Amino acid sequence: MSTPNSRANPAFYAVIALLVFMSVGPVILMFMNSFKLDVDIISGTSGLIFMPTIQNYEQALCDVLWYEPEHLDFCSLKFGGAFINSLIIALISTALTLVIGCMAAYALVRFRFMGRDTVSLSTLMVRMVPPAVLLVPVFGLWNNEFCLDRDGIIGGAIRDAFGGRGDVCLAGTHSGIILIYVAMNLPFVIWILQSFIVQVPRSLEEAARVDGAGPFQVFFKVVLPLIKPGLAAAAIFTFRIAWNEYLLASALSDRDTRTVPILIVNNMSEFNVEWGVIMATGMLLAIPPIIFTLLASRQIITGMTAGAVKG
Amino acid sequence: MRTAMANRLTPYMFMAPAAIIMAIALMYPLGYMVWGSFRDWNPSQTIGEAEFVGLKNYIFLWNDPNFHESLGVTLRFAFFVVTIEMVIGVGLALLLDREIRGISLLRTMFILPMMIAPVVVGLMWRYMYHPTVGTFNRFLDSIGLPRVDWLGDYALTSVIIADIWQWTPFIFILSLAALQSLPRSALEAARIDGATGWQQIIHIKLPLMMPVLIVTALLRLIDAFKVLEVILVMTEGGPGLSTEILALRISRTATEFRELGVAAAMSNYLLILLLLLTVGMFAFNRWQEARAARLNALVEEES
Repeated sequence: MSTPNSRANPAFYAVIALLVFMSVGPVILMFMNSFKLDVDIISGTSGLIFMPTIQNYEQALCDVLWYEPEHLDFCSLKFGGAFINSLIIALISTALTLVIGCMAAYALVRFRFMGRDTVSLSTLMVRMVPPAVLLVPVFGLWNNEFCLDRDGIIGGAIRDAFGGRGDVCLAGTHSGIILIYVAMNLPFVIWILQSFIVQVPRSLEEAARVDGAGPFQVFFKVVLPLIKPGLAAAAIFTFRIAWNEYLLASALSDRDTRTVPILIVNNMSEFNVEWGVIMATGMLLAIPPIIFTLLASRQIITGMTAGAVKG
Repeated sequence: MRTAMANRLTPYMFMAPAAIIMAIALMYPLGYMVWGSFRDWNPSQTIGEAEFVGLKNYIFLWNDPNFHESLGVTLRFAFFVVTIEMVIGVGLALLLDREIRGISLLRTMFILPMMIAPVVVGLMWRYMYHPTVGTFNRFLDSIGLPRVDWLGDYALTSVIIADIWQWTPFIFILSLAALQSLPRSALEAARIDGATGWQQIIHIKLPLMMPVLIVTALLRLIDAFKVLEVILVMTEGGPGLSTEILALRISRTATEFRELGVAAAMSNYLLILLLLLTVGMFAFNRWQEARAARLNALVEEES
């Protein structure tokens, strides 16, 4: 395959250029369209030449802007609030998943009270469960079972503080969505981290223990700093799922806890799609993952290969 | 004494949070779903109030033509997506397996589609497939070809193309990693023995990559059954039922038709299907590994 002069082969670079164009093209198209007026998108006479406008972004972000855009008389899209909800949910669930998953992975590797095979098999099993399958039970449980009685002490206190009727349930709260995201992501995080922890030499930990460190100190001061790349990979993957997920969030959230994907889907299902604004919201949703990709592509690839190759 | 006690408890303390959360939010719901699937249950009732109907939901689905249609769509989607992505991804990896300047930048661009929200991917493709303002039909117009009704007549194909766009890089990157970690000595030996490029690929590279390829295909297959948002945004399952994959049908049964019991039974069918696939692939993988180990042992004995 690799003859010495194949490096300079122009066809080879043409293939690569084509691939890059195909994979990045749609993203760039959306980026450009998000700066166009709807008139320009629909008439579409000009591909590259147009007057860029930030009207779409102004309209999307109208509830958090400090000034009132002139072209807008009514702020119908509550994008800013949804963006903040998304941030809260994604960040907290990522942090929780990492801490909990890290501890579990460490215990599984170091104390081996279950075989690694059992773990990787059960991780695979849990990873297999589609979010759609969780929809029905989670909807039922979060609305009916995981509730605090309104006559109880804590439930009563929450009811008094926030008002409303009925019992205090997990559905419609940030914590409800965070709980299911943490549970969904844990198996994957444990799997990835475990393949990194295995590589930490035992002698290091034993040395620390001889110097008088307890098990928790060993974990936090010796093991954690050594598996930073694994943590980064796991963090990005968890964040990505929590940030992008639509289905379960739509079943569990209410008006005040809606996340961005729900907002986008709701706006898409209307008959007359406002392409410019929708693309602007889509772009805003895509920006955090794009930044992560640009900054940490190496960790992402490590995470992907660790998940598949070492599994 | 106290340290010994603490040391013995440590693993359990480290495991406890993960175990508790997964028990409450994963295992309990799954059990709850199995229980609920035997009931005639609508969203306004708690599960205790719902009437127990035995296997009625399962039997209803077994005879329901819409469910068959949706199952067929799901299987077709998963099959085509995984096969085409594997062929293109592995092919590209074999083609591009050489020193490329700026490979890390290339890989960054390739993983971009995977990181973007499925909702946004659906949005981009819905725009590009749009019958009048969409990119593809504009392109066809400009070169004088007739327009194609992408999300109408060819809805399933269009949805498959979008998924291929998003996930082929995943397979490409994994197989490239596998390819570059192959033992150089085997390839050298083959080259010295005069094997052509094709012979090297078929007899050496592919068999050596096989374990990774199987796991990759399995992961893609599992994920192909999870796809929902992209299709929801692009076609909402239509036209008719032509792109309504099971995941989408489950969510519609639960939210639009308000039949939680039927949706739960459908979820169980899907789970059983996935379980069979996973266990099958896992067993196959084990069998392959065992065979490889046996072969290795034979080779070592001979030398």
